[in-house]
Amino acid sequence: MFSAPPFWQNGPAPGSFYDFPNMQPQVQPNDFRQHTQSPVTTSTSLVAVTYDKGIIIAGDLLASYGSLARYRNCPRIVKVNNNIILGSSGDYADFQYVQNFIEQKVISDECLDDGITLKPKSLYCWLTRILYNRRSKMDPLWNNFIVAGIQDGEPFLGTVDKQGTAYSDKIICTGYGAHIATPMLRDALDNKPQLTQAEARAQVERCMEVLYYRDARSFPKYQLGIIDADQGVSIEGPLQVAQNWSVAHSIKGY
Amino acid sequence: MFRNQYDSDVTVWSPQGRLHQVEYAMEAVNLGSATVGLKSNSHAVIIALKRASSELSAYQKKIINIDDHIGITISGLTADARILSRYMRTECLNYKYSHDTYMPMNRLITTLGNKMQVCTQRYDRRPYGVGLLVAGFDDKGSHIYQTCPSANFYDCKAMSIGSRSQSARTYLEKHLDQLLNSSLEELIKHGLRALRDTLPPEIDLSTKNVSIGFVGKERQFKILEEEEIAPYLGLIEGEERRGQGADKAPGPLREDQGEAPRDPQAATATEAADRMDTD
Amino acid sequence: MSLVVKPNFPDYQTAPVQRGFNPYADNGGSVVAIAGDDFVIIGADTRLSAGFSIYTREQNKLFPLSSTTVLGCSGCWCDTLTLTRILKSRMQMYQQEHNKTMSTTACAQMLSTMLYYKRFFPYYISNVLVGLDNDGKGVVYSYDPIGHCEKRTHRAGGSAGALLQPLLDNQIGKKNMLNVKEEPVSQQRALSIIKDVFISAAERDIYTGDSILINIITKDGIKEETFQLRKD
Repeated sequence: MFSAPPFWQNGPAPGSFYDFPNMQPQVQPNDFRQHTQSPVTTSTSLVAVTYDKGIIIAGDLLASYGSLARYRNCPRIVKVNNNIILGSSGDYADFQYVQNFIEQKVISDECLDDGITLKPKSLYCWLTRILYNRRSKMDPLWNNFIVAGIQDGEPFLGTVDKQGTAYSDKIICTGYGAHIATPMLRDALDNKPQLTQAEARAQVERCMEVLYYRDARSFPKYQLGIIDADQGVSIEGPLQVAQNWSVAHSIKGY
Repeated sequence: MFRNQYDSDVTVWSPQGRLHQVEYAMEAVNLGSATVGLKSNSHAVIIALKRASSELSAYQKKIINIDDHIGITISGLTADARILSRYMRTECLNYKYSHDTYMPMNRLITTLGNKMQVCTQRYDRRPYGVGLLVAGFDDKGSHIYQTCPSANFYDCKAMSIGSRSQSARTYLEKHLDQLLNSSLEELIKHGLRALRDTLPPEIDLSTKNVSIGFVGKERQFKILEEEEIAPYLGLIEGEERRGQGADKAPGPLREDQGEAPRDPQAATATEAADRMDTD
Repeated sequence: MSLVVKPNFPDYQTAPVQRGFNPYADNGGSVVAIAGDDFVIIGADTRLSAGFSIYTREQNKLFPLSSTTVLGCSGCWCDTLTLTRILKSRMQMYQQEHNKTMSTTACAQMLSTMLYYKRFFPYYISNVLVGLDNDGKGVVYSYDPIGHCEKRTHRAGGSAGALLQPLLDNQIGKKNMLNVKEEPVSQQRALSIIKDVFISAAERDIYTGDSILINIITKDGIKEETFQLRKD
C-alpha cells in the first residue's frame, strides 16, 4: 500500500551515530600491550658439534634487517665462564638482553667468592625456564640458544628455543643449519662416532661453506667457539668462509 | 622482671655493646636436648638426643630432612625450627627447579642467615629461638654448619649444641684429628660417644632416645630411627663412660671459641624451660 | 570468471605479513602402556621432532616419579619439561610433608589436578601414567591435556595413539573377537606387543621412530630396556 518515506536515508537512525563503512571501532582492552610478534634484527644459523673432548660451535657475524644485510660485525658466540660457551640465533636484541643478565649472574657468582661457578647444565636449565616463562606470557625472547660446556669432564651440548623447547644432543644446528648442516654432521658422526678436534673443525668449516652458498641470509665472516676439556674456552675469528664460485657459471635451471 | 635496663627490646643496645634479647634467644638453644654434628672427608653425620615431654607423649623429632643432600638437627624452640626448615626446603627446591643441581650448602646457609638476621634488627620481631646443626654434602665436600639465633653461622669441623653440650664438644675437640679420615661407622661411633658424654650417669643412650642422620658422596641424606640404630649403639656398648671436663682439647672447633673470650653469658631464668616447648 | 589463476609467491607479496607467535609446538612421540596383574609396562619412542625436522633421536620421554610410578609424555615438549619438573618437586614436597612416598593413585589424582589448573592455557601433552597400586596391581591412567583422567589396562597415546589404540583394544582387550577367553596378559606377551605396535607405528607415523625406551615396573623395581626402530 502506501507508507511515508523515512525521515533519513543512508544515515544513522535517530539517536545513534553515523556508521562509516569499513570503520569498525577497534575494541581494545585498556591494558592492551603489544608483545613481540616477530623478530626484527635477526641472525641466522648456528652449527655445533661434539668431539671426543669438547665442542665446536660456529656462527656468522651478520645481523640482518629482513633481507637487508644490516650489521656485519655482530658476534653471537660468547664465553660465559671458563666452562661455558653460549651461542644465539634469532633476534639480536633479545640475545643482547639475555647476554646481559647472564653476565650479571656470573658476576654475582664471582662476588660471592665461594668458588662455585655456573655449570653448563644449570645455565641450560635456567635459560629453559626463562624462555618458557616468557613464552607463557606470550612475550617470547625470539632466539635459539645453544649452550656448550664441559661438566664433570664431559662435553655437554644443549639448545633452547623461543618456546622453551630444550634438548641436548651431540649435534645441534639452528635456523637453516638445522636443514642443511645437521644431515651433513650426522653423516660424519655415523662414519666416525668420536671425532677429534681437527676433524670436528673441518666438518664445521665445511658446513659454514655450504651454508654460505645456500642460505641467502648468511655471511662469509664468522666466529668459531671451541670449548675443550683440556684447553678451556677459545673464541676465534673473524674467520673467512673458503669460497669457490668457479662452477657457478655452469649451474643452470634455477 | 627485667634482668637489666637494656633488655626490653631487640633493638636496644646495652652500653657494653650487647643486645640482651638476642643473647637470651641464644640461651633458648641451651634448653634443647643435646645434638652433635661431625664430618669426615666423605661423610657428614648428625646425631641427636630425643626427649619426650611426658611419659605419655612420643619422643620429639630432632632431625629434619631438607633435601637429598642436606639434613638438619635442631636445639631450641621446635616451632621455630619448623619454620626455618620449611624455608630451607623451599630454597633447595627452587634452586633445584631452576638450576637442575643441588643447592650449594654455603649459599643455603647464607640466605638462611640473611633471613634470621632481619629478626635481630627490628623492634617488631624476635630472634628465632633455635640453633641448627646442618649436615650436607655438595661439590665442595662434606660440611657441618652451625647457626645461632643471633643469625651468626659457622662452618665447623664438628660441633655440638644443646643442654650439657660442652662435654660433647670436649670429646670432639679431643678426637678432632681422627675424624677427617674416619669411615662412616667410625664417625657415628664418635658422635654417639660425644652425645653420651652429655648424659647424666643415670641415663644411657637407647634406640628410643637417639636418632642419627648422615649424608655422603653419592649417598642421599638418611635418617636412622629405632631398630636401625641398635647396631651402632651395640658398637659403643660397654665402653667406659668418660667423666666430664677432661683434659684440655688440642684445638678449637670453631675460630671464635679459641683465645678470644666469649661474652659473659646473660643470666636467664631456667623456669622458662617449663613454659617453652624446647627440644 | 577468469580462467587465469594468479600465482601466489609469498616472497613477492607487498602487503605486510603479520606473523603470530604460537606458544605450542607439536614435537610428536608416542607412548604405549599395558598393565598386568603384578606388573605394568610402558614404552615411549625416543624421537623428538618438529614438522620434518628431527631434533634428536635419543630423547627419553619416560619420567620415573617414584619406585613404582612412571609418567610417559608426548606432545608439546616445552610443556612436558615444565610439567615433569613441577611434578618432581611436588613428589619431594609430599615425601617431606607426609614422610612417605606418594602412591600411584595419589600421583594420578595430583596430575589431573595440575593439568586442570591450567585449563585455559593447557599443557599440550598426552600423558600416560603407569604404576603399581596399593595392592601391587598394575594400573594405567591416561589423560587429556586439560586433566580428564581415566583408569584403564592399556593405552596408546601421542602422535600414533589413534593408530595403535584399536590394535591394543583388540589384542589386549580382546575386543571384536569371537570365542575368546578373557585371561590376564602375561608380562612377556605385553612386552612383545609393545615392541610390535611400535614397529608398526614407525612405518606409518613420521613422528614416531628411532628407538623405544621401555620401563617394566614390578614389585622388584623398574627395569629399563631399549629397542631399535627404523630411523628414517
